[in-house]
Amino acid sequence: MSTHTSMKDVTAAPEFRLLVIAVFVFGLMSVLSPDRFLSTQNLTSMAFQFPEFAILALAMTIAMMTGGIDLSVVGVANLSAVVAALILTQFSDAEMPASQSAIWLAVAVTAALCIGAIAGLINGSLIAFFGLPPILATVGSGLVFTGFAVAMTGGSAVMGFPGTVALIGNATLAGIPVPLILFVLLAVLLHLILTRTAFGLRVTMYGANPMAALYAAIDVNRVLLKVYMSAGVFSSIAGLIVMSRANSAKADYGSSYLLLAVLIAVLGGVNPYGGYGRVIGVVLAVLSMQFLSSGLNMLQVSNFARELIWGALLILVMVINTHAVTALRGSLKPSK
Amino acid sequence: MSSDHDTAFIDLRAITKRYAGVTALDSVDFTVQPGEAVCLAGENGSGKSTLIKIISGVEPATEGTIRIAGQERPTLNPRISAAAGVMVIFQDFSLFPNLSVAENIAFATQLSTHQRFFRTGAVRKIARAALERIGVQIDLDARVESLPVAQKQLVAICRALASKAQLIIMDEPTTALTEKEVRRLQGIIRMLKEEGVAVIFVSHKLAEVLDVSEKVVVLRNGKKVAEGPASDFDTQSLTYHMTGRDVPEMPPSDVTAGAQTLMQVQGLTKAGSFSDIDFELKTGEVLGITGLLGCGRTSVAKALFGLVSPDAGSITVDGKPVPLGDPQSASMARIGYVPEDRLTEGLFLGQSILRNVAVGRLDAHSSGGFLNMQGLTEEASEWLRRLKVKAPDVEAPVKSLSGGNQQRVALARWLSRTPRVLVLNGPSVGVDVGSKADIHGIIRDLASQGIGIIVISDDLPELLATCHRILVMRDGRIIDALDGKSVTEDDLAQRLAS
Repeated sequence: MSTHTSMKDVTAAPEFRLLVIAVFVFGLMSVLSPDRFLSTQNLTSMAFQFPEFAILALAMTIAMMTGGIDLSVVGVANLSAVVAALILTQFSDAEMPASQSAIWLAVAVTAALCIGAIAGLINGSLIAFFGLPPILATVGSGLVFTGFAVAMTGGSAVMGFPGTVALIGNATLAGIPVPLILFVLLAVLLHLILTRTAFGLRVTMYGANPMAALYAAIDVNRVLLKVYMSAGVFSSIAGLIVMSRANSAKADYGSSYLLLAVLIAVLGGVNPYGGYGRVIGVVLAVLSMQFLSSGLNMLQVSNFARELIWGALLILVMVINTHAVTALRGSLKPSK
Repeated sequence: MSSDHDTAFIDLRAITKRYAGVTALDSVDFTVQPGEAVCLAGENGSGKSTLIKIISGVEPATEGTIRIAGQERPTLNPRISAAAGVMVIFQDFSLFPNLSVAENIAFATQLSTHQRFFRTGAVRKIARAALERIGVQIDLDARVESLPVAQKQLVAICRALASKAQLIIMDEPTTALTEKEVRRLQGIIRMLKEEGVAVIFVSHKLAEVLDVSEKVVVLRNGKKVAEGPASDFDTQSLTYHMTGRDVPEMPPSDVTAGAQTLMQVQGLTKAGSFSDIDFELKTGEVLGITGLLGCGRTSVAKALFGLVSPDAGSITVDGKPVPLGDPQSASMARIGYVPEDRLTEGLFLGQSILRNVAVGRLDAHSSGGFLNMQGLTEEASEWLRRLKVKAPDVEAPVKSLSGGNQQRVALARWLSRTPRVLVLNGPSVGVDVGSKADIHGIIRDLASQGIGIIVISDDLPELLATCHRILVMRDGRIIDALDGKSVTEDDLAQRLAS
């Protein structure tokens, strides 16, 4: 809660390690492929690419702060996008004047965010009221959400949007890509929620010890519902960005993003057992992953090899973090 | 002295154990002869559990040497220790409630002989032999969960015997037993001693086992402060050595005449836990609720704070009914609850001291969705100061504090919410002697400010030092209501165990 931090505190923080990693990967890629990696084109393309999975990682962060996880983020993102896309294709078309299609875009976006909130409410209820383990509840619900999206679309992509849709994912504002602006806004918002609101502190305390939270008269069910609803809304925003960038919506877009979102949250220092996590860490982890991903792309590493690298990295980071945690705790075993 | 060491089954020399800066045991020598019964006495936090953990191989000693059955054991783990014949019977007995008596008794032997198949016949034979050895009859096929506490303990003893125990360590063996059951246990212990089996009793109330013991060892703050033949000790001298104090604490001052009824509990019932709990609490009154382990006292405490949902009955505070079974409603009615188990229920161990207090006052310092960090921090710090929490850094995790200071943090959280009724379950469990007296002082102070306080405890001196009235529970019912001033410790002990 205090704000006094010395230089030593800064370098001792786990987030500092991440800064070093991000700078190192950036440096490495710049050396390996200087003319391509450092080109304006590549930098801009990265800035358009990462916000969608970075926002999913923020959603994952919220859930992980409680010691839970949300494996339905991609399902929610796609379902939201499909609903928005169906509204857009139903009520507007490419020839519609911008002023009119903007209204339908607003309707579609609102509907998508509502879907995200409802999906989150369902996840939260399964976990809070039915006591399901978050990992199982959200794996199941994620399949259901994807199933709905498939049923609505017959499994094919929905396309044919008015031009205004491109505003979300492909436009720039004062030279800055709109998705990047959205990501920065959401990251700042989440940071403020976690550190400066009663809700955020309750999330952290619940994650640290759910039993003590109950005994401290915290309304734990309410906390869980809000947590998973926030994760749902964040996911649907990511879904809208994907829809805009792809200029279409489909039930199975971005399936590789799930693992990536988990990986980024864990890499970003969020404790999967709950109770600790900082948005700045997640942001740095996002940057590291994007640099690595772009770099591997340029070095023409196959997609399959990339998945292998992600998985190995996830396990490695967890082992390192868990080891660091147990070393700190001495001989105490983790309580959860 | 050297011959003592030579023949001893357990021989610990200069054992020191440190946990992250805290010295739990400080150069303790400890011996147990074959067939000897030793009372290991000490208050909570005196180091007696640590000593047991070292003997049973759960925790390594930081310094010192350990010999079991004449053999030095530089490395000890639970398996080695068990193979050498050291068996621990924990307070909860660590039985498998869903398995039968026979299976519970024989399973450890079956495992240690590396049987690949489960043989019902052999299991029953082992179990029957063990039961016959101590001369008790329990249905071999009964599920352990269906047995009363005393019989569960016997099953645990039989399990230890079946595994060829040379030393049985019993943690708080009498807390849940009635007087008759204690006498039967004493008989069994005498028989075991004749067969050469040594016994260590670990307890903070040892009067019951003093007559079957040869030796008493008293620990205080990690040091051995007394050792001698059991005949040299009585309840009073034990208490003196355990607490280091001779004078009893000040009794509480009287409840103000004409104090108003603050909380009224009527007909509170929960099937299987407690029934027909009626009592009244006045402003400024300290009410004790006591009883043996498993008498329902903790369930009642939880029910008062909505953590257990009663089937029937009512709770009112200031004449207004409190919705049952909901901690938020209870806290809204300004009931506070400090749980028995600080580590899992009371505190957020890894979080800062400040946050542990502040979490109780988040809504009061929240405006427009955002927290007023400064106000929150200042208020929490103020409470930490008032309760004299010794913390060099309020940003440090609360687990870095000692037991007594941790308990004050838990108290501070509730006090910052200005409660009307404070339910304290085991307010000084795991707290050192000095802090214990301080916490009792805090309880008396709060009462004099008009807060109604309910102390749930089985620590009789604690109840006598703090309570105006004491309710005694047995089998989920209140069987006695005593005046805190006129009742003596012996009298209370008798009513508990009769």
